[in-house]
Amino acid sequence: MASAADRLNISSQLEHLQSRHVGTGHADATRHEWAVNIHRDSYASYVGHHAMASYFAVANGESVGRTKYEFTQKMLLPCGLPPELEEE
Amino acid sequence: MGDEIEAIEAIERLREARRATRAASGSREGDGRAMERAARVEVEDVDEEGGSARVKTRVKAPLKSYGAPKEFLEEGPLDAEEDEDLESDEALGFGKSKKVIDRESAYSKRRFKRELSPGKGSEKDAGEGRSYAERMQHAAIDRERDNTLRNIEKKQKEEAERLAEEARLAAARTSEPAASDAPRAAKRKRRWDAKPDDSAAGPAPAAPRVSEWESDDSAATGARWDDATPRGPSKWDETPKHTSQWETMESGTNAGDAKATPRRSRSRWDETPMVRASGDPSATPAWTGGETPVIHAGGETPKTVPGLATPSAAQIAAHQAMLQGNVPMTPEQYQQMRWQREIEERNRPQTDEELDELLPSEGYKILEPPASYVPIRTPARKLTQTPMPYGANAGFFSIPEEDRGQKFDVSLAPEGLPEMKPEDVQYFAPLLKETDEEALTIEEQKERKIMRLLLRVKNGTPQQRKSALRQITDRAKELGAGPLFNQILPLLMSPTLEDQERHLLVKVIDRILYKLDDLVRPYVHKILVVIEPLLIDEDYYARVEGREIISNVAKAAGLATMIAAMRPDIDNVDEYVRNTTARAFAVVAQALGVQSLLPFLKAVCHSKKSWQARHTGIKIVQQISILLGCAVLPHLKSLVDIIEHGLSDENQKVRTITALSIAALAEAATPYGIESFDNVLKPLWKGVRAHRGKVLAAFLKAIGFIIPLMDAMYANYYTREVMVILIREFATADEEMKKITLKVVKQCVATDGVEPEYIRNEVMPEFFKHFWVRRMALDRRNYQQLVETTLEIALKVGAAEIIGRIVEDLKDESEPYRRMVMETITKVIEELGVTAVDTRMEELLIDGMLYAFQEQTTDEGDIMLKGVATIVNALGLRAKPYLPQICGTIKWRMNNKSPEIREQAADLISAIAPVMRKCEEEQLLGHLGVVLYEYLGEEYPEVLGSILGALKAIVSVQGMTRMTPPIKDLLPRLTPILKNRHEKVQENTIDLIGRIADRGAEYVAAREWMRICFELLELLKAPKKAIRRATVNTFGYIAKAIGPQDVLATLLNNLKVQERQMRVCTTVAIAIVAETCAPFTVLPALMNEYRVPEINVQNGVLKSLAFLFEYIGEMGKDYIYAITPLLEDALMDRDLVHRQTAAVTVKHLALGCAGLGCEDAVTHLINYTWPNVFEPSPHVINAVTEAIEAARVALGPQFVLAYTLQGLFHPARKVRDIYWRIYNNLYIGSEDALVPAYPALEDDGPNTYRRVELDCFI
Repeated sequence: MASAADRLNISSQLEHLQSRHVGTGHADATRHEWAVNIHRDSYASYVGHHAMASYFAVANGESVGRTKYEFTQKMLLPCGLPPELEEE
Repeated sequence: MGDEIEAIEAIERLREARRATRAASGSREGDGRAMERAARVEVEDVDEEGGSARVKTRVKAPLKSYGAPKEFLEEGPLDAEEDEDLESDEALGFGKSKKVIDRESAYSKRRFKRELSPGKGSEKDAGEGRSYAERMQHAAIDRERDNTLRNIEKKQKEEAERLAEEARLAAARTSEPAASDAPRAAKRKRRWDAKPDDSAAGPAPAAPRVSEWESDDSAATGARWDDATPRGPSKWDETPKHTSQWETMESGTNAGDAKATPRRSRSRWDETPMVRASGDPSATPAWTGGETPVIHAGGETPKTVPGLATPSAAQIAAHQAMLQGNVPMTPEQYQQMRWQREIEERNRPQTDEELDELLPSEGYKILEPPASYVPIRTPARKLTQTPMPYGANAGFFSIPEEDRGQKFDVSLAPEGLPEMKPEDVQYFAPLLKETDEEALTIEEQKERKIMRLLLRVKNGTPQQRKSALRQITDRAKELGAGPLFNQILPLLMSPTLEDQERHLLVKVIDRILYKLDDLVRPYVHKILVVIEPLLIDEDYYARVEGREIISNVAKAAGLATMIAAMRPDIDNVDEYVRNTTARAFAVVAQALGVQSLLPFLKAVCHSKKSWQARHTGIKIVQQISILLGCAVLPHLKSLVDIIEHGLSDENQKVRTITALSIAALAEAATPYGIESFDNVLKPLWKGVRAHRGKVLAAFLKAIGFIIPLMDAMYANYYTREVMVILIREFATADEEMKKITLKVVKQCVATDGVEPEYIRNEVMPEFFKHFWVRRMALDRRNYQQLVETTLEIALKVGAAEIIGRIVEDLKDESEPYRRMVMETITKVIEELGVTAVDTRMEELLIDGMLYAFQEQTTDEGDIMLKGVATIVNALGLRAKPYLPQICGTIKWRMNNKSPEIREQAADLISAIAPVMRKCEEEQLLGHLGVVLYEYLGEEYPEVLGSILGALKAIVSVQGMTRMTPPIKDLLPRLTPILKNRHEKVQENTIDLIGRIADRGAEYVAAREWMRICFELLELLKAPKKAIRRATVNTFGYIAKAIGPQDVLATLLNNLKVQERQMRVCTTVAIAIVAETCAPFTVLPALMNEYRVPEINVQNGVLKSLAFLFEYIGEMGKDYIYAITPLLEDALMDRDLVHRQTAAVTVKHLALGCAGLGCEDAVTHLINYTWPNVFEPSPHVINAVTEAIEAARVALGPQFVLAYTLQGLFHPARKVRDIYWRIYNNLYIGSEDALVPAYPALEDDGPNTYRRVELDCFI
């Protein structure tokens, strides 16, 4: 019964998917949303791969720990405040 | 002469024309079928072996699990005893009828006594007609009245008994022979209304003649009161309607004082203007049809067919009401009407058109009937005929107009709607009238709309049903909760509802619940009244459905509404209502959390007003623990505290249910939570000593379930304490007590702290003395319980002890008892083996076993077969001395006349063949092989299947070389058996042949194998998957043995057949052949076959390729370049299925050669696949998405990202939709790997989009 009910709203599947993976998008996603996701993923990747983090640390002349900390901080608002939505 | 020729020509022309039309319709049908097939191809392409068959079996499967649920079996009986007139569920057979009502017990039928809409008139606007306070008040009045009535009844009874006693004394004094009549008279006194003077008349002339009234009442004592009371206060305080019946009766008895006959002549037909044809409330489900007047239309006789008797006023009235189409009829009437309709349909006169078609048009002419001819239409003759069904011909009886074009087979269906069954008419009657929709108000239009949709859902074809269901769901809010439920719920209460219809309607409710959400609030009680009966349905799925709906209602309406709706039912006088309400409450607790319900439960369980409320409250706790299982643990303490005081309640029923609830809680909590039960141990303990009978049984059960939770030391102590009482109760005659005692003994024995020595000395002697008696084997549930308990004891004290005690009983003269002994021994040996069995006992065991095996008349559940097999297998080498004797028995039984015995013997051979091999009885095995070989001509398929199974067992232990008869003789005998269509035969033959093909193919000529190949093709049609799988594998073995060429040719040829399942299986077989014989032996021929310009063949080839590349995996890299042009072509084909299957092939190919250096070819193929992303068909799009996923693995996510970026911000939403879906898949699959591949975005105003870190370098 549940499967039949699910089939009625395929969009619910997508919603479910989205709830599990934050970075996924949809047809109405804005450029800003997408960019924010890209940035957060990038920072997460830099922090997660130690080799990357140490590379950036050497390039910036910072300690690895600080570099990682800064990356983590930048994930908060990586691209600035979201632009005002145009009302139509 | 010329005329004749012309006539013949005319006939020829007619035939020609008919053939033409048939061909046309056939081709149309053919197209339809083709489309359907195409659709199915899509639907089922995902699973590899004929999904359709699985669909078929899936439909059948639920039947197996029919039957009362475990919890019912366990807790049912006590309830049954406890509640006055609950019928045992077990007594129910599964009726052939599909109607829900036909398989319902009298207890379940009580649901019809519930009122759907408690209010009158006001239900349109305010679903719940009465306020909560009013309903509570009514419930209280009901209870009060019930009490009063019971008191009156009791008094009357006492009075009557006293009088009877006096009468008996008087009779004894006079010592007349008539004294023997006294008990009978006394018996009649039990009716509370029986007048003393009636009884004082003693053996009056009226007494032996049992009038209708009497038979009614003595059949169901007090049934009338039970029947009338719960039917609702609205009736009670509005008109003294059912008292009228009493008046009748009263006057009837008065009249009967003088003479018996006049009483009968004073019929109820003319008595009241109300239509009431039914006499027996237990035969006619009293249908309270909301606002319509109660009409029992002729339940007692099917004679209401007009005209058979002089129509009384009542009958006419009933009939006319019926014609208006809104009067419910009894199921018997429906049955009759349906039957009539069928007869009418078959015996309808031929129409003019039919006659015109039958008779040549030339050479004949239609004569005018003579002017003097009058058709025989004497009413008397007409009356004996079957009349027209009510709906079709709207007239009571009228001389029909002469109408040559009359349609005799008009169905009861308006345009575009499915056919109505006669019983549907009362609900859907407005649809039959032609009305101008425009003229109706919006409300009426909505109502019609809902009606139409519901009719489609209920009676329509799957397509109609589906679309109607969707419409009703989508527009639920717009149509409104009120109109929807006002139509659906009465339908669900219909007495003629069938299982399927009920399922569909429940589904409708489920769907609209989602949509309506909190709009359902006013209708909660109504919905519950209709759905609650599902909770005690015997069908498991109905119960699950009921639970689902109630939990959805609870979630939509919220706890407060649920409690408000159900509270008045908690202390309803009708036990049925309370029972279902308790179950519903448990479901609500499950849905909304036990925690939130606790305060309410506490209040209910402490209710001072009525014991019913306490009883129901405690029952809710019981149901919660049954439903939740170990999930009650967090609330265990509070639940126990809530019901604890019930153990010392003044009402016996409350005490019983409390003990049962504690048992259920303890069972659910095992093995944790003993500390929660600390408080109840003492009262339970006291109770066990103080009580007798049912209450004691319940208390014992509670203790039995608590003991396993205890520490070893305490468990030991308590077991010893309770055992004294248990042993005392061993001797009880009460079946229920026996079952509980057995259960408690089982629980106690299984507990850690209890020592074997104690069991052996204290328990076992009494136990065997009282329980191991023949009578115990007769009742199925006693039997099961005894076997389980004995097994538990055996686990404690060892196998030898138990087997030693009962082995002699294998030779008992009672067969059921022997069977019970055999089953116990089987289970004990399964658990403990035979190491403890010494030589003497072994002899006894074998002796008894053979005796029991030979003396059996029937083997229910294969107990004997399993027993012998288990014993022999457990003995292993020790069985060697007995094998010749056992084989002798088997051989003798193989010769038996009865097929069951032959089948059992053959099954036994397959069971003991491994042991015979172990004992090196090869000669015996060979001998049995030959015997079985000789029996291959067996005509009973069940037996033949078993014989083949036995042969298979012998072949597998003997090996191909040593097998007698030799394989080269055996196999040719099997070839014709392959033609057998019986499932068991097919399965066993194909297994045997497959084994031979696998291990000993060289013993048989290649030509014989080819012959088998052809036969095997037929087996691909088998509905059972195991057979198809075995067949497909056998193709592989045969191809390996004789080379792929010939087998492949056969298989490729088979791709041309019509049947889809055949083709699918063939493609699998081809792929398997390719896998076993290396792809290069098969691929050329396969690719060549693709050139055949036939859609099925090409699809088959593509599918084979898909399976092939799936099976060979990495080996695919050697063939990818060879296959690419073919796939190119397929991916560009116009046909959807071509592209879909090719996409699947690409997927397997890409996954197979990921990382093996074939990126160029995969890129090329993906380039062809990509444009298909815009296909709307879900199957194609699935296949394509998966191919793209495979490309992600084979080519890297960066590659796919580059493709995807183009469409993410495309102006067209359709493009964006699918591209984002691909992107999301990609993202979920390889999130991290995408980081370096994301495009460089330019900053935009205040937002920085550039990833500056990537510009860093050292």
